[in-house]
Formats: sequence, structure tokens, C-alpha cells
Amino acid sequence: MLSKKQARTFFLGGTLVTFLVFIGLTVYSLSKSQDQTNHENITEQVVRGKNLWETNNCMGCHTILGEGAYYAPELTKVIDRRGKGYIKAVLTTPVPWAPNGRKMVAYGFSNEEADDLIAFFDWIDDIDLNGFERIVSPLSNDDN
Amino acid sequence: MKYKSQKVAYWFFALSLLLFALQIVYGFIMGFARIGFDGLHEFIPFNTARAVHTNLLVVWLLSGFMGAAYYIIPEEAQRELVSVKLAYVQLISLAVVGVVAIVGFHFNIWEGRKFLEIPRPLDYLVVVNVLLFLGIIIMTLIKGKRKTTTALVLTMGLLFAALLYLPGMLPFDSQVTDSFFRWWVVHLWVEGVWELIMGGILSFLLIKLTGVDREVIEKWLYVIVGLTFLSGVLGTGHHYYYIGVNNIWLIVGGIFSALEPLAFLAMALFAVNMYRKGEKKHPNKLALYWTLGAAIVSFIGAGLLGFAHTLPQTNLYTHGTLVTAMHGHLAFWGAYAMIVLAIISYSLPNMTGRKLYESSRGRIAFWTANIGMIGMTVAFGVAGVAQVYLERKMKMDFMEVQNEISVHFIVLILCATLFGTGIVLYMIDFIKHGRPNDEALETTDN
Ligand code: HEC
Ligand code: HEM
Ligand code: HEM
Ligand SMILES: [Fe+2]
Repeated sequence: MLSKKQARTFFLGGTLVTFLVFIGLTVYSLSKSQDQTNHENITEQVVRGKNLWETNNCMGCHTILGEGAYYAPELTKVIDRRGKGYIKAVLTTPVPWAPNGRKMVAYGFSNEEADDLIAFFDWIDDIDLNGFERIVSPLSNDDN
Repeated sequence: MKYKSQKVAYWFFALSLLLFALQIVYGFIMGFARIGFDGLHEFIPFNTARAVHTNLLVVWLLSGFMGAAYYIIPEEAQRELVSVKLAYVQLISLAVVGVVAIVGFHFNIWEGRKFLEIPRPLDYLVVVNVLLFLGIIIMTLIKGKRKTTTALVLTMGLLFAALLYLPGMLPFDSQVTDSFFRWWVVHLWVEGVWELIMGGILSFLLIKLTGVDREVIEKWLYVIVGLTFLSGVLGTGHHYYYIGVNNIWLIVGGIFSALEPLAFLAMALFAVNMYRKGEKKHPNKLALYWTLGAAIVSFIGAGLLGFAHTLPQTNLYTHGTLVTAMHGHLAFWGAYAMIVLAIISYSLPNMTGRKLYESSRGRIAFWTANIGMIGMTVAFGVAGVAQVYLERKMKMDFMEVQNEISVHFIVLILCATLFGTGIVLYMIDFIKHGRPNDEALETTDN
């Protein structure tokens, strides 16, 4: 039968090995050659958009890259789905946007702020998501 | 209770239950918003309600874990806490940081990253608070008469939880990298180091409640936490499938996260077997209910329902839908909420000296809360599966689908009412026990 000491060795050894492998894989998958995000396209405008995205906690209603809340539409492919004009209207309107009854917060963003957010969505739109982009995109007609 | 300083735990538990009550209120606000009653939208929009709901959850669980440590460590180390005064300072600062963060969420002050919404300046206060807590616990342990595996695993869990908070504070320009390291906190907490905390508390409770030999229990504790890290660390990959990083994670995350349920299965088998083996002499049957309940329900919520969407082929469709909410509720409830309620049920009579072991209110609380939560899980699950099918397979518009599934949120609210009733009963029981006092000191093992 397993002794307590063997059990402890199993715990410490297993932890150390998987942790080291995890660090290795992290370094590998975040390395430049493995980039799937077009990192060089992250302009200052995109960063400003991301900042607006965070400071207003849009993720508290929406998902992006499949992460966030399940109350309002997934926004990874929103530019494909709606076009930039529509999105600008949503972001700049001074009354709560609610075409289907469910309300968004009325942010009433300025034109520049709306453009920053749109630049952010534009960058997100081009990320290679290992196939998930086809599932959330209306432009995909495939049957899977 | 054998040491006077263990009484500090009572106040951490009281704070814990208070915040839990508030968490449920905000849950209802979201539930109602989903069926069209959004009268509070002006003041508490959905994103505020959600951030409050999930952050209160985390803070009340942490408060419960801290209370558990303040109760367990003196008994395991066989000495008083090194400083009771500092423990109270730590309690109050924890409450203050929590309340400030939650008030801020109502004024659009936050960081907007799911589960890590607390703004960075407050993060530093959290770090100071946790350092103080760890200082007290670790010093007590070092100066103590014995160093048990139970105490060690519990402390290690708490220490690693603090360390893993740090990657969540790093700023990145890329949403993808941001999300990558967000999981180092969120995933490595609930599917890693928090399991050590849960394992430590579980082992303490089983030693006390079943009377099985410590050596046997602690050996299995090592096996369980070994399985946890072996699967859970690389299992982080199940969050990296579809966020814009290398597809090597589809294989690594798929294989290792599929093994994660083993740790929860081991925990459930362990608890049930120790119970069978034991003498069952301990009179506190309620604590036993919650302890075994935690081990079993966590296997269902985390193990089975986690497995249900962890393979990349399934997650491709369920990623970011109500299926995730279904799993999130039962997993958090079974693993972490129930283990906190278990240690409260066990320690409360010992701290107050009122041994209300035969309370039928306590039993009704256990069953209503659990049946209510299982009902809620089913409601989220049915809504989630319908959403996946209509939105992701049939390519229907998001909001059209939401209108189709809103009926399940009526069921959710009904079940949540049952759940809430159970929790209210639990709290009445808590209050009926009165305050902790030194007359409750005992020399015998209980
Ligand atoms: C209180 C919840 C809430 C918050 C917070 C919120 N939204 Fe929305 N959002 C909604 C709802 C509801 C809709 C409308 C869905 C519909 O009926 O078409 C919406 C629609 C949108 C749309 C159009 C999507 C589409 O497919 O039609 C965009 C773009 C958008 N929101 C961006 C944002 C951004 C950017 C933020 C943060 C600055 C944000 N939202 C914050 C709830 C919210
Ligand atoms: C007690 C342990 C657990 C808790 C508390 C828990 C809780 C959660 C929560 C809250 C989320 C949503 C996170 C977010 O989107 O930010 C989540 C996601 C997820 N969990 Fe767990 N979980 C646990 C264990 C597990 C296990 C053991 C598995 C696998 C076998 C698992 C599989 C998943 C998967 C695949 C997701 C991602 C869902 C998605 O893509 O949207 N979980 N979990
Ligand atoms: C009793 C009443 C409750 C109600 C009505 C309720 C309702 C909700 C709702 C509507 C959401 C948001 C889902 C979305 O984004 O659309 C949510 C999120 C969440 N709730 Fe609750 N909840 C309740 C209790 C609880 C309890 C007791 C726990 C923990 C044990 C909990 C844990 C969570 C978690 C972890 C999330 C985030 C899930 C995710 O992101 O996947 N809730 N809840
Ligand atoms: Fe995970």
C-alpha cells in the first residue's frame, strides 16, 4: 500500500513537473513566431479602445473572444455582423440602446471614443481563433 | 474550542454570511433583468449587478477561508494565534476594501476584467491585507507545537492563492495576453490552489467528525492535492482553445482538463469512505451533512458539469454561453460555498458553547438550499443548451434566442427563491447560536 511519504512525493513531484511544462508552453505560445493576433496592428487607438472597453466594464454584459457575460451579444465579430455605422450609433446614442427591449447603458460616447472602440473591435475581428471565429460569425455558411 | 483566539473566526464567518446574503440579492436583480423587469437599470445596470454578485462571492468565500484558517491553525499547531489584535485589524480592512470596491462598481469605477473587476489601486490594499493574514497564520504555525499535513496543505493553498493574485495585476495592451494571464488567477485558483484550501478544511473536518486516524486521512489528502495539480495546471489550457493563442492548447488543455474530475472524484470517495470507516460518534450531524455534501456536490458541479464542456470539440460551441453559467453555479456552490458552510456549522457550537445539534431548521436549510441550487443549475443548463443549439448551430440572432429562452429564467427565479429560503434558515440558525465566549473553552477533543 502507498505510504504517506510516497503520497507526498507524488504531490511534490507531479506539481513541479507540470508547472515547469506549463511555463515552457506559455513562453512558447506567447513567442513572436506563434502570434495569431497580428500584434503589430495594436495601434494607440486600439489601446485607447481597449481602455474604454475595460473602464466601462462592457464585459459585464457582453462576451468578447467568448469571455464575459451572457446578457448581450457576443462582440468578437460585431463588425462583420453590423458594420461600423451601426456600431457608432449604438455607442454614441444618449438614450439606452434597446432594439429588442433589453437595455444597454447609454454611454453617449464622443465620435473619437466611438472610433477608438471600433478600432479595437477591428483588431479583434482579425484574430485567428482556431475555428471559433466561424462559430460566432454570420459570414460563415459552413455546417459545423 | 481549545484556544481563546479561535473566537476571531466567528467574526470572519459573520462577515462572510452577511456578504453572501447581499450576493444573493444581486443575483435576483440579474434574474429579474433577464425576464424584462429592469426597473433598476438606471442605478444598477446588469454589469454592475454582475460585478457585485461575483466579487461578493469571492470576498465572502475568502472571508470564510480566513475564518477557517483562524479556527483550524491554533488547534492544529496547538497554540494561540500570535496576535488576535492584528487579526481583527485584518478583518476590518478586508471588510472595508470589499465594501469600497462594491460601492465603486455602482459609480462605473472598475477594471472591467471578468472576476478581477477590483481597480488596481485597491488591488494593492488587497495584497497588504492578505500579507497580514498570511503573516499571522504562518507565524502561528512556525511557533506551534506541531506541524500537521492538514495545516500545511491549508496554509500552502492560502499562500499560493495570494501569489497567484499577482499575474492578474499585470497590464497588457493585447486583449489576448490580458485574458491569458487572467486565467492564471481565475482558473489556477478554483481548479488549483483553492482545492488545497478545500482539501485542508475537508481533512480537518473528517478527522474531527469521523474519528478516523489522522495518518490515513492525511495520506489521502496528499494524493488528492497531487491529482489536483497534476491535472489542473496544464488543464488551464481549456481556457486557451479559442482566445487567439496557439492550437497546441487544444491537445494539452483537452487531455489534462479531462483528468481534472479525478481529483474531485477522489475527494468524494475519500469523504464517503472515511465516513463509513469512522465511529460516527460525533454529535454534530449537521456539520457532517455539509462536509459530505461539499465533497459530493463539488464532484457533480465541477467534475461532471466541468467535463461536459471541457473537450475542445464541445467547448467550440458552448464557449461563452449560459452552459458556462450552469457549471459555474454548481461548482462554486458545491466546492467552496458548501465547505465554508460546513466549517461554520462545525465550529459555531464549539465557539459559542450552544450545542444546537438537533436543530430541524438546520436540516431543512441544508435540503432546501441544495434542492434550490440544483434546480437553478437545471434552469441555467436548459437555457444554455437551447442557446447553443439555436445561436451557434442554427445561427439565429443572439437577442432572438434570448427571447426564446427567457422562460427558463422564470424557473431560475423560482428555484433561487427556494435556495434563498434555505440560506435564510441557515442564517437564523447562525444567529440563534449567539456570540462566541470564553466559557465555551474545552479541554476535550470536539
Ligand atoms: C447593461 C448591459 C450592457 C453594457 C454594460 C453594455 N452593453 Fe452593449 N449592448 C447591450 C444590449 C442589451 C445590446 C442590444 C442587443 C440588441 O437588442 O440588439 C447591446 C448592443 C451593443 C452593440 C451592438 C451589437 C449587435 O450585435 O447588435 C455593441 C457594438 C455594443 N453593445 C457595444 C458595447 C460596448 C463597447 C460597451 C461598453 C462601453 C457596452 N456595449 C456595454 C447591453 C450592454
Ligand atoms: C470547483 C471547481 C470549479 C469552479 C468553481 C469552476 C467555475 C467556473 C467558472 C466561474 C467559469 C467561468 C469563468 C469565466 O468565464 O471567467 C468556469 C469555466 C469553465 N470551467 Fe470550471 N470550475 C471548476 C472546475 C472545473 C473543472 C474540474 C472543469 C473540467 C473538467 C471545468 C471546466 C470549465 C470550462 C471548460 C470552462 C470554460 C467555459 C467557457 O468556455 O465558456 N471547471 N468554471
Ligand atoms: C440565489 C440566487 C442567484 C441568482 C438568481 C443568480 C443569478 C445569476 C445570473 C443571472 C448570473 C449572470 C449570468 C449572465 O451573465 O447572464 C450569475 C452569475 C454568476 N453567479 Fe449567480 N445567482 C444566484 C446565486 C449564486 C450563488 C449562490 C453562487 C455561488 C455559489 C453564484 C455564482 C455565480 C457565478 C460564479 C457567476 C458567473 C458565472 C459565469 O460567468 O459563468 N450565484 N448568477
Ligand atoms: Fe478552468
